Amino acid sequence: MGINRRDFLKGLGGTVAALGAAGIVEGLVSDRKAEAIHQAAPLTGTIRWGMVVDVAAFRTEEDFRRCEEACHKYHNVPRFNSLKDEIKWIWSDRFENVFPSASHQFVSEKMEEQRYFALCNHCANPPCVRVCPTQATFKDTSNGITMMDWHRCIGCRFCMAACPYGARSFNWRDPRPFIPGELNPDFPTRERGVVEKCTFCAEVIALGEAPGPGEELPEKQMPRCVKASEGRLVFGNLKDPESQIRRTLKATKTIQRKPQLGTQPSVFYIV
Amino acid sequence: MLEKALYGSKKYWALVLFLIGLTLVGTVAYIKQYMYGLGATGMSRDISWGVYIAQFTFLVGVAASAVMVVLPYYLHNYKEFGKIVILGEFLAISAVTMCILFIMVDMGKPARVLNILKYPTLHSVMFWDMVVLSGYLGLNLLCGWVVLQAEKKDVPPPKWIKPFIYVSIPWAVSIHTVTAFLYAGLPARHFWLTAIMAPRFLASAFSAGPALLILLALLVRRYTEFDAGKKAISKLATIVLYAGLVNFFFLLMEVFTAFYSSVPSHKETFVYLYMGLEGMGNLVYVMWTSLAVGFIAILMLLFPKNRENYGRLAVACALLFVSLFIDKGVGLVIGGFVPNPLEHVLNYHPTAIEIMVTIGVWGAGFLVLTVLYKVAISIRALTSPGTH
Repeated sequence: MGINRRDFLKGLGGTVAALGAAGIVEGLVSDRKAEAIHQAAPLTGTIRWGMVVDVAAFRTEEDFRRCEEACHKYHNVPRFNSLKDEIKWIWSDRFENVFPSASHQFVSEKMEEQRYFALCNHCANPPCVRVCPTQATFKDTSNGITMMDWHRCIGCRFCMAACPYGARSFNWRDPRPFIPGELNPDFPTRERGVVEKCTFCAEVIALGEAPGPGEELPEKQMPRCVKASEGRLVFGNLKDPESQIRRTLKATKTIQRKPQLGTQPSVFYIV
Repeated sequence: MLEKALYGSKKYWALVLFLIGLTLVGTVAYIKQYMYGLGATGMSRDISWGVYIAQFTFLVGVAASAVMVVLPYYLHNYKEFGKIVILGEFLAISAVTMCILFIMVDMGKPARVLNILKYPTLHSVMFWDMVVLSGYLGLNLLCGWVVLQAEKKDVPPPKWIKPFIYVSIPWAVSIHTVTAFLYAGLPARHFWLTAIMAPRFLASAFSAGPALLILLALLVRRYTEFDAGKKAISKLATIVLYAGLVNFFFLLMEVFTAFYSSVPSHKETFVYLYMGLEGMGNLVYVMWTSLAVGFIAILMLLFPKNRENYGRLAVACALLFVSLFIDKGVGLVIGGFVPNPLEHVLNYHPTAIEIMVTIGVWGAGFLVLTVLYKVAISIRALTSPGTH
């Protein structure tokens, strides 16, 4: 005799109950910290790269332009005339746009007029990595950098919907004819149909040895924007308590973008 | 059995040719888009999913709605749905086909789409959406085909098909739940970050899908000998009505939470969609049209007399379908991107190419539907000559 309706429902009920119980048991036995619970891929290495933006040090438009250009030139980022096709890795915006949840009434004139850098936050718990169906965007757990594999990306743009910081761009059309100036032969250009974003200059950092505890990254291995910033951007290992970035964070009041989302950004701002 | 689709009246062939024409228009537009890139669409860095993904989302609902005939028939032995059940299953097949096509035309790198299988990513909802959608397509193909084949031979369906039919019931719920999770699990998007996203999806699906099924059943009844039966259609109309009411109830829940709490990030998309925000709001008239026709349809369906009268029932179902199509197939997905994560407000305008590709996919879907319905109806005519 085949399965009748009653048997089927009984079987179904049992399965659901078993699944539910498994979930509850798991919840009871695990006593991990809340922090660890929403960390998709724990950073296992001794390095977590991070950045501090010394906002007040950026005074003129030229201060921003130098960093943006250093980044975009090095990475062969195309420049389109239309907002629709736009691709950007690092850019600046107003306080209320970069920090919509920290923005409040009656902000000081200084805050209102100041512009703030926006870039990929290389979150410890990145929503873009969680949603990517092919692991084309992934967490390098040895150094905390959120990476992009442009040969694996299928262009579904789920990561763009998921990123709370608007840090990702898509190649809506062939980017190559729109790369301004000379091409940088050291960095690949992209094709249409893939997502791209800031990679914390992972390829530049990797040019030499990784710094040990208490050591800083040498100037030539610093991300291009950091190098061009003349000290306005501090870059270093967040896992090394002796690093300059950690000392800066300890001594100064900083904020992160949308901390309430639990993404744990690696970019901090001195405001 | 497919050979049944090769013999038909002039009207049947005219319809088939018309749908092939639409598909060709879409194909030509898609080739243009493929050569240029997705820049040929109205999507942008800020509104990175447009009409394609919105249509996909809506059609997952249409596919899921087959459960509204399968469940009463197979689980509760509601005999009146005996004839309409095959129409529901075949509608699901064509709807899932359209879903897959809409995903394909939305891919930046369609040739790489199998990467999803090569690198299965268990923490990506999109992976699970692929699993449930292809599984559902398989289940409906299998169940529909086996049951119809049995009918052709005038024997009861084989017993081994029963488990598949039963599994297809929760599976239908799963496809729309998982699709809702594509949206509801994103910390970046306030408009979608709501626990009733999946229930909302199901309510809207169980109203829009059966509404389309009624329209199709009425069309089939008019142009062929196949009649799904007055009782079945009237019962389905009741389902459309109740699910429609629940859908609008859920919408009101969202509005209450947003506006009574008065939290700006919860309100902003609603304001953008229904009133316009910072001078932007190209969907305002469309969204009000959706509300207005939805309200009229519900009002019509509330009266049992209108549910019995095929003319008025068709009008009500068409209105409700349009209403929900706009609500989910336009507003819900596109609205979620406005304002963007940096609180900028921008409009999205689909391009001519995008609209042609969309029409092409609908054409292809209805072509599949026409062929499948032709097979089903021919077999019914063969086995029960007494009914016409």
